[in-house]
Amino acid sequence: MLKIAGKTLLAAAVLALASPAAAQDTIKMGGLATLEGAFAAPGQDSIRGIRMALEEHKYTAGGKKIELITGSSDASPASAIRATRKLVEQDGVKVMIGPLSGSEGLAVKDYAKTQPNVTFINGTSAAQDTTLRNPAPNFFRFSTEGAQWMAGLGEYAYKVKKYRKVAVLAEDYSFPYTQVFGFLEPFCRLGGKAPVDARFWVPIGNKDYSSVIAALPDDVDAIYVALGGADAINFLSQYQQAGGELPLIAGSITVDQTVLGSKGKIRKTVIGTPSAGPISDTWDDPRWKAFVAQYKKMFAGKGGFPSPSLFAHGYYINTKAALLALDKVKGDLSDGGKKFRAALSSLKFETPTGMVSLDERRNAIADIFLTEVVEGPDGNLVNKTIKVVSQVSQTFGVPYKEFLKYGQVSRTNPPCK
Amino acid sequence: MPGASGKANAYPLGINPAFLLAAVFLIAYPLFASDFFTFQIGAYSLILGTIALSLTMLAGYGGMVSIAQMTVAGFAAYIMAILGTNSVGVMGLGWPWWLTAVLAILGAALLSTFIGAIAARTEGIYTIMITLAIAVAFFYFVRQNYQIFNGFTGFAGIKPPTLFGVYWRDPTPFYYLTLAIAAFFYFAVLYGARSSFGLGLQAVRDNPRRVRALGINVFLHRVVAYFYAGIIAGTAGVLLVWFNGRVSPGIVGVDMAIDILVIAVVGGMRAPIGPFLGAIAFVLLENFAIDLIDRERFNTVIGLAFLLVVLFSPDGLLGIWRRMESRIRLPRANVRWGGRANRGDWHPAGSPERT
Repeated sequence: MLKIAGKTLLAAAVLALASPAAAQDTIKMGGLATLEGAFAAPGQDSIRGIRMALEEHKYTAGGKKIELITGSSDASPASAIRATRKLVEQDGVKVMIGPLSGSEGLAVKDYAKTQPNVTFINGTSAAQDTTLRNPAPNFFRFSTEGAQWMAGLGEYAYKVKKYRKVAVLAEDYSFPYTQVFGFLEPFCRLGGKAPVDARFWVPIGNKDYSSVIAALPDDVDAIYVALGGADAINFLSQYQQAGGELPLIAGSITVDQTVLGSKGKIRKTVIGTPSAGPISDTWDDPRWKAFVAQYKKMFAGKGGFPSPSLFAHGYYINTKAALLALDKVKGDLSDGGKKFRAALSSLKFETPTGMVSLDERRNAIADIFLTEVVEGPDGNLVNKTIKVVSQVSQTFGVPYKEFLKYGQVSRTNPPCK
Repeated sequence: MPGASGKANAYPLGINPAFLLAAVFLIAYPLFASDFFTFQIGAYSLILGTIALSLTMLAGYGGMVSIAQMTVAGFAAYIMAILGTNSVGVMGLGWPWWLTAVLAILGAALLSTFIGAIAARTEGIYTIMITLAIAVAFFYFVRQNYQIFNGFTGFAGIKPPTLFGVYWRDPTPFYYLTLAIAAFFYFAVLYGARSSFGLGLQAVRDNPRRVRALGINVFLHRVVAYFYAGIIAGTAGVLLVWFNGRVSPGIVGVDMAIDILVIAVVGGMRAPIGPFLGAIAFVLLENFAIDLIDRERFNTVIGLAFLLVVLFSPDGLLGIWRRMESRIRLPRANVRWGGRANRGDWHPAGSPERT
């Protein structure tokens, strides 16, 4: 039995050493992203976003030094909670940035309610209910969410592209539900159709789409596709190979740079595909151009993408908001962050993609970009900015109570019969 | 445990002082540990350790390596969400917690028995393959079934009850709850190993053919072992869902199943304390490796640490301690380990059939 005692004592010694001493003039900031698992590449770009904001402020805010402590999850809610709890309860961070993916955000919001003195600011998690239903008073989202990202796309598909009936193909979890809802809601209100039996939900990481392609109905005008990363590349190349002719409409991460820059044979299928999201690679606004130049300067040749992804963008904006609010309160968090959170709530600031402010549930109101895939001058596929939809709110201008009646996002909402 | 060999009774009152020390430490732990260390390190280690204990019991005493122990625990967690209350709005029949907990543990035990009935006629690597197949099948099933298991999203908002004025998810009460259950199963396995059933199981492990010739039903022995292992894993599954407050397919995924195997192997399968040591090492590394090294590489540290343990000590952390002990010639070390250590006929993945 000596061995147990030995081990436990050793463990105790390790634990005793691990309690950190906090200096008065430093503020600890936690950064949580998915640095492992299927979303590891987006997760690394998220950390780049945080570092860009911190670098811009020279790692100080309100006269205090900012110390960044990173946490990692694997995109599952349980791992996000474990990592958050470690950052908050063990490392003692007072400001949390993260998480990255939809279901994680819902979990962290619930956890935030148990830590009223810590301020939680979203990363890029974009599920609707993180802020729409039962929001936490100390959870802020300066990046917009999945339904907002679709602003203008439903109208565009109906009015300009003249599509009347679409099939839907999306991954089977909260973020694509939110995106499908954001696209279909205006599309169907205008009179468009998307029968429930022409909606295909595939698990994340699905590789073979031949059965889905075979099952696609012939009598639709287009397919709405909300897949991300490798899933998008697999579907698009298999659809082109199968000789698919239907035009596509894409979700926010379906035709972004991580997909368009891939080696897959997708060119013929994706050219002309409309999409919408919080960023547009080729927006020729000086603010965005400066942001891209800064990103390239810091990370080109060090693992960065050719152009910042929406993950770097989202984490950058959320970190920036935290730093600006800390400046306002002169780094004073001694009241459990009350003043800090008040400053955050009233914050309105310029970002690389325009003005951002918060609604009363602390969700961002910001500009959204309607884009279309075109062949660039050097033969690369890029997203051309068609339209900037200005100042999109989470309820799309509908009063809050009425918007709730639209129901929770799900596989069958809206019904669109 | 060596103290359980029955020869260690030269201590006053027949209790090893190191054991007392460990017990006092574990009981006093929340008094000096922060909430984080009590809950996320302490309680979580005990839960993972208990699940791994069910594997140690099957593999160490029965020679059957089952990858599906996490599946069994996860099944119990799902039953808690389905029959009890959750905040998702799917299922959640709202049955009282004690009934749900009992049904969850029984359900897990039945699933484990069922897995055992399929796997028990196989040996070694084939047992691993069959249980792995079941684990993967269960993972895909719960991920794609929306009517009962709510697919990818799973369930959230599952809470332990408030009893005797104590909310059992507060760090200290929850820690003591897990400690009590872990200790109960630890002693149950120790005791069971010396019961006639346990001895029979070890005989089945060492030479099933000879045991069969003696007229003992090998198949039944193995299936009953799976049933007991299911009770252990199922109880830990109930604790796990109270710990996380949620359950989703990720918890029964292959990653988690392998984690449990890693915990059991790294801890050492020779004694029921092994999985708990493995769990402590695993949870500490999982939480703190990211502070030791560049954030993009911390999983490498975890992997390397476990690789080193297994490379230099095939019988895990237990084995390292044993070797250190005999090197510095602690009293009783030889008596305590002498019998088994030199036999060298221990086959973790089932013993080859030989006569």
